[in-house]
Amino acid sequence: MNTKSSFGVAQIILFLSIAILVVVVAFPVLLILFNAFWVEDHFNFSGAIEILKEPETFKALINSLIIAGMSTIGSTIVGTFFAWLVTRTDMPHKRFMKSMFLVPFMLPSFIGAMAWKMLLSPNAGFINRFFMDNLGFDGPIFNLYSYYGISAVEVMYLFPFVFIQVCGALERMDPTLEESARISGAGLFTITRKITIPLVLPSILSGALLIMLYSMAHFGTVAVLGIENGIYNIPVLIYERIHQSGGSFESIRTGTVLATVLVISAACIIWAQRKILGSGHYQIIGGKSFRPMELKLRGLKYPLMFFCFAYIAFTIVLPTVVIFLVGGLSTYGLSFTPENLSLDNFKFILFEYDVTRDAIFNSVTLGLTAAIITMFAGVMISYVIVKMDVKGKGILEFLGMLPFSVPGSVIALGVILAWSGQFGINLYNTVWIILVAYIARYMAFSLKANSAALEQVHDSLVEASRACGATMWQSLKDIVLPLVKPGMFAAFFLIFLPSLRELTVSIMLYAPTTRTIGVAIYTLNEDGETVISCALAAIALIIIIVGQTVINHFTKKESE
Amino acid sequence: MDIIRVENVSKGYPGHPVLQNLSLTLKKGECFTLLGPSGCGKTVLLRLLAGFESADAGKIYIGDTLVNDPEARIAVPPENRGLGVVFQDYAVWPHMTVFENVAYPLKIADRPKDEIKERVMRMIDIVGMNGLDKRLPSELSGGQQQRVALARALVADPALLLLDEPLSNLDANLREEMRFEIKELQKKLGVTVLYVTHDQEIGLAISDRVAIMNAEGAIQQIGTPWEIFEQPVNPFVFNFMGIANFIDVRREENSFLVGKGSQAIPWESPAGDATEWVAAFRPSDVRIARSGDGLHGVIRRANFLGAMMDYLIEIDGAHLRTSIETHHAIAQDLMFKAGDECSLSFLSLHWFEKESLKGVLEE
Amino acid sequence: MAGFVRLIGVTKRFGDVTAVNNLNYEIGKGECFSMLGPSGCGKTTTLRMVAGFEDLTEGEVWVGDQLFSSPAKNHYTPPEKRNFGMVFQAFAVWPHLSVYENVAFPLRIRKLSESEIDQRTMDALKATNLVAAKDQSPDYLSGGGKQRVALARALAINPDVMLLDEPLSSLDPHLREEMRFEIKDLQMKYGFSIIYVTHDQSEAMALSDRILVMKLGVVQQIDTPLNIYNNPANKFVFSFIGLSNFLAVNQDGSSAQLPGGVALPAGVTVPDRLAGESVVSWASRPSEIDFLPADDPTGLHGVVNRKAFLGEIIDYQIQVGEQTLRVQKGRRDPGPEPGENCALRFLRPFWYKEDE
Repeated sequence: MNTKSSFGVAQIILFLSIAILVVVVAFPVLLILFNAFWVEDHFNFSGAIEILKEPETFKALINSLIIAGMSTIGSTIVGTFFAWLVTRTDMPHKRFMKSMFLVPFMLPSFIGAMAWKMLLSPNAGFINRFFMDNLGFDGPIFNLYSYYGISAVEVMYLFPFVFIQVCGALERMDPTLEESARISGAGLFTITRKITIPLVLPSILSGALLIMLYSMAHFGTVAVLGIENGIYNIPVLIYERIHQSGGSFESIRTGTVLATVLVISAACIIWAQRKILGSGHYQIIGGKSFRPMELKLRGLKYPLMFFCFAYIAFTIVLPTVVIFLVGGLSTYGLSFTPENLSLDNFKFILFEYDVTRDAIFNSVTLGLTAAIITMFAGVMISYVIVKMDVKGKGILEFLGMLPFSVPGSVIALGVILAWSGQFGINLYNTVWIILVAYIARYMAFSLKANSAALEQVHDSLVEASRACGATMWQSLKDIVLPLVKPGMFAAFFLIFLPSLRELTVSIMLYAPTTRTIGVAIYTLNEDGETVISCALAAIALIIIIVGQTVINHFTKKESE
Repeated sequence: MDIIRVENVSKGYPGHPVLQNLSLTLKKGECFTLLGPSGCGKTVLLRLLAGFESADAGKIYIGDTLVNDPEARIAVPPENRGLGVVFQDYAVWPHMTVFENVAYPLKIADRPKDEIKERVMRMIDIVGMNGLDKRLPSELSGGQQQRVALARALVADPALLLLDEPLSNLDANLREEMRFEIKELQKKLGVTVLYVTHDQEIGLAISDRVAIMNAEGAIQQIGTPWEIFEQPVNPFVFNFMGIANFIDVRREENSFLVGKGSQAIPWESPAGDATEWVAAFRPSDVRIARSGDGLHGVIRRANFLGAMMDYLIEIDGAHLRTSIETHHAIAQDLMFKAGDECSLSFLSLHWFEKESLKGVLEE
Repeated sequence: MAGFVRLIGVTKRFGDVTAVNNLNYEIGKGECFSMLGPSGCGKTTTLRMVAGFEDLTEGEVWVGDQLFSSPAKNHYTPPEKRNFGMVFQAFAVWPHLSVYENVAFPLRIRKLSESEIDQRTMDALKATNLVAAKDQSPDYLSGGGKQRVALARALAINPDVMLLDEPLSSLDPHLREEMRFEIKDLQMKYGFSIIYVTHDQSEAMALSDRILVMKLGVVQQIDTPLNIYNNPANKFVFSFIGLSNFLAVNQDGSSAQLPGGVALPAGVTVPDRLAGESVVSWASRPSEIDFLPADDPTGLHGVVNRKAFLGEIIDYQIQVGEQTLRVQKGRRDPGPEPGENCALRFLRPFWYKEDE
C-alpha cells in the first residue's frame, strides 16, 4: 500500500522495528562472533580452534552432542509412539491422556531434575534406598548421574514437541489416504509402515530438530544432575567460566567461542528444519472429513492403557508430588509422616526470607515488563513482516528469524558483552540487564503468536475500511488492533509464564539482589537448602499451573 | 456525464506487465461490467480506481477530480475518493455487529448519532437484513455477510460502487438470486456500478454495458450485452461468452468446403480473401434433423444429461457439439445414438479467418 | 447377470439418527449404478458400508456368492479383503510414492512377481495415459492427473467392482466432463461394475445404466436415467434432476384454483389419484413452457416480472397470482417484455402431492 500519505509512516515503523531487533538481538550476537574471532586487532580463527581443542571445552562440546543426540532420539520415539496411540487406536481415555502428555510443556525441567535427584540419586535417592534397604540390592538400581540419566530426564520434558507436531499431522491427515491403501489390500500394520509414517515423517523430523535445538542449549538438567560425576555441556561450561572467573578476558573468550558453536549448530538445525518443512511438506490435508481409521488394539488395549497411565504417574505425578512433599519437610531426610510435614517452609519463603521474597517479586515484575514490551514490539514487527510492502522489509525478515535461532545462554553472554559499560551503558548487576535479555529471548514467541494472528486479518478487511473513508491510522485502531488482540493476549502469556521459571539466562546475569525464582531455586538447592528450594519450586509450579489453566480457559472461549 | 475516465493507464509488477495503455469511461448511473478470464488484470483496474494501488502511467478521473496521475505525483488515498467497495471475501469485520459494520463509514464521517441510526437501519432494511442488526458476522451465512458488505458500501451514498467478484464465494442458487438483488439495488438507489467478474452469465444478466478483457489485460470490445453476444468482434469474445463451436472451412475456388470433405456451405459466405476460415456458432444456432437439406454429419457421441441431449457430431473431420432439449428430442424423433447419420443447418454463422484463432483455444 | 452386488435391508444408525434406512438393491455384472442425492442423504455412508469402512446396523452385503457384511450373522470382511477398486473425491494418492509406485502398491501387497507387477502397472498407466508421468511424484500433477493415478491404482488389480465416491467433484467443470468419458471408456474396456456416488444429476444421467435417488437415507426411485427423466416418482426427485417450478393448486371438492384466485386454464385438470388432497403441486421445467398470445384462453395467465438476457437463453420470471414461475426460452424465441401480460402453455406438466 504505497500511496503517498502512508509512505512516511511505513518508513518510521520499519526503521523502529529494525532498530529494536538490531539492538536487542543482532548486536549482542555480533559481539559474540566478534569477540570469538577478533583478538588484539586480528582476525584469529585458529585461536578459536585452539580453545575448542582444550580438553575441557572439547569435552563440553562432545557432551552436548551426546546428550542432545540421546534426548532427541528418545523423545522422538516416545513422542511419536504416544501420538500414534492417542490418535490412531481405540485405547480408552485418549482425550485425557492427550492433555496429560502436554503437561510437561509447562513444567520446568530443572525442577523435574531436582525431583529426580531426590528419587534416584545413586546413594540417597528414595527409590534407590528403598531397593537397597528393603529388597537387598547391593547398589543403586539406576545411576541418574550418567548420560542415560540426564537424557532420560530430558526426554520426559521434551517429548511433547514431537508429540504435538505428530498429533496435529495425524489428526489433519486426509483419512482417505489410508483408506485407499486398505481397499488396495493392505492391512493396518502395512499401512502404518508404508503410508502413515512416511506421510507424517516431515512432522516427526521437524519436532525432532526442535528438540535437538533445545537440548543442545539446555542448562538446568545437566547442571543439576551432571555435577557429581563431572558431566557438563556447553551452557554449563559457559556459566561456570563466566561465573567463577569474575568476567576475565580469557573466560569471556572461551565463552564466546562456545557460544559461537551453539549459534552455528542452531542455525544449521533451523536451516534443516525449514528445508524439511519446505520441500517435503506433502499436501495431506483432505476435504471431506470422516473419523480417521482406528486400530483395534484388542488384547493390547488395556495393557497399553495401563502403560500410559503408569508413564503419566511415574514421570509427571511422582516428581511433582515429591517436590511438594519435600517442600513441606522441616529437615531434608526425615520421612514423610504427618508430624514431619507442615506449611512452615511456605510461610517462611513467602513472608520472612528476603532472598525468596525478592526472587518472587523480581520474577513477577520482570515477567510482566518483558511480556508487555515484547508483546507490543512483536505486534509492530509482525505487522511490517506480514502486512507491509516497503523497501528494506527483507532485512527485517532476516532479523525476525534471529530470535528463533539464538539459544538462551548465547543471549545472556551477548547481553553481558553489550551492556557492561563498553558501549557507554552499564547495566551489569542490575535487573535491567535481565530484562533486556528476556526481551531478546522471548521475542520469537511474540513474533510467532502475532504473525499468526495477523495472517488471519485479510488485507481486504483493511481495504474495506479505507474505502469507507478511514485513514491508515483509523483502520489500524478500529480494525487491525481489535482483531489481533487474541494474538497479543496469547503472546503475553507465552512470555509471562515461562519467564517465571526461567533459569538459563537469569543464572548468567543475576546479582545477589536480583535473583529470579529460577535462580533462587537453583542456588538454594546447590547450597543444600533442599527443603526451602523445593517449597519455592512448589509455589512456582502452583503459579504456572494456575496461569496455564486460566489461559486454556480463555483461549477455549475465544475459539468457540 | 462520465463518472469515471481512465486515460492510457498502465500498471505492472516487476517482470509482469498487467495493464497497458488502457482507456475506459463509465457513464453516470449505468451498470458496467468488466468481464475477463482470471488473471487478466480486471481486479487490478478496480484496485486502481479504488486507490489501493497507484498506476505506473496515465490518468484516472472520478467525476471531475483527477485522483491518480503518477506524472504529477497525485494519488488520492482510497478514503478520500468517496466510493463503495465490495470484495469477493465479503471483508465484513468479524469483531463488529451488523449495525456497527454498516455504521462505520458514517461514524468515520462524524455524522450525528440519530442520523447514523436512521440511515443504517434504512440500509439494513433495503438489503433485506431486518432484525439481524445485532448479529455478529460469524452468525451469518455467506449470502447475508455479502448483504452486510453491500449495505456498508452503500450507506454513505457513494456516487460509484465497485464490486469485485462479490458472488463467486456463494453457491449457485444464491448467486442467481443475489445478482438480481444487486440489479434492483442499483436501480433503486441510482448508483453507478462497476462490476468485475469472470462469469459471463452475470455480466450479461445485469449490465447496461460490458467490457471484455483478454488474458493480456487488453479490452477487446465494449457494448451492450446483446451486442457482445450477437456481434462479437473477434473469436476471443465469441469463445468467452458461451459454449462455442469452431469448424474449419477452406475456400476452393468459390465454394467453402467443411473440414476435409467436399460438402460446401450453402449459406452466407465470408467476406475476405483468405483461404483458411473457421465458421463459429453456438449450440442454439444448429438445427439438427434425421435427413433433408443441409450438411451431412455423423453422431459420434450421444449423451443424455437429463433435460438435455448432448451430441458430438462429425462433418468430414470437423467436430461440433450441440444439445437439444430432451422433451423436444423425444417429440421430434431426434434421440440419436452414436453412429447415426444426421443433417445439419445453421441459423447464423460468424466467420473468422483461421489465423485470428491462434491462442484463443488453448485446448 | 443381475444381482452381482446385492444389498439386502441395509440400515445404518448413528445413535438416534437413521442415516440409511432399509436399502435393497442389486447391481448386475458390468452395470454402472449411481447413487444420487443431496449431501447428507446417506449415499456416501452406503458406499462406505459396501467398501467395509462402516459397519452395518442391520442387513447384508453380498458380492457374487460371498457374504461381506452381516451383523446378524456376525460376519464382517475387512476392506482389504474385498478386492474392490475405489476412487475418492480428494484423490487420496500418496505424495511420497511416485505415480508408478502408487499404482503398483496394491500389486505389491498381493506379493505378485516383479514382472507381473511391472506388466499390470504399465497396463493401467497406459489405459489412463500416465506413462509419461510414471516417475513423478503425484504432487506435481494437476487435479485431473491425480484422479487418473487414483483410477489407475484402482484398475491395477482388475477388480470386479469399482466404487467411485464423487470422483469428479474436486475437478473444474471442463475436466469433469472429459474424465466422465474416460471412466466410461475404461468401464467398456475392463467390464467392471461401477457403484458411483454423486450429487450431480447430469453426471449420473450421463454415466449410469440405472440411478438410485436418495433422500434422508430413504430410496425415492430406482430406474434408468430416461425413465427417471420421463417419470419422476415424486416432487423431490423432480426437483433434484433439473430446474423446476412448483405451483401450489388448492382443491375444494371438484373445483381447483391457484392462490390469488387464478383459475386453472381450460383443459388442465388435477389427476384423479390426487383427488382427495386439499393442496397439490403442479410441477414444470422452465424450458418446457411456451408463450401463447396473451389473450389465449387455453393458457395460464400471468405478468412478466423480470426478463434477463443470459446469452443462449432468456430467463423470465412470471407472476401468477401470488406465486412466481420461471420460464427459459432460447435467445431466438420472441417473448413478452417486463410488465406485459402473458399466457403460458405447459408442455410436460407433472402433478404431485404437496408435501412429498
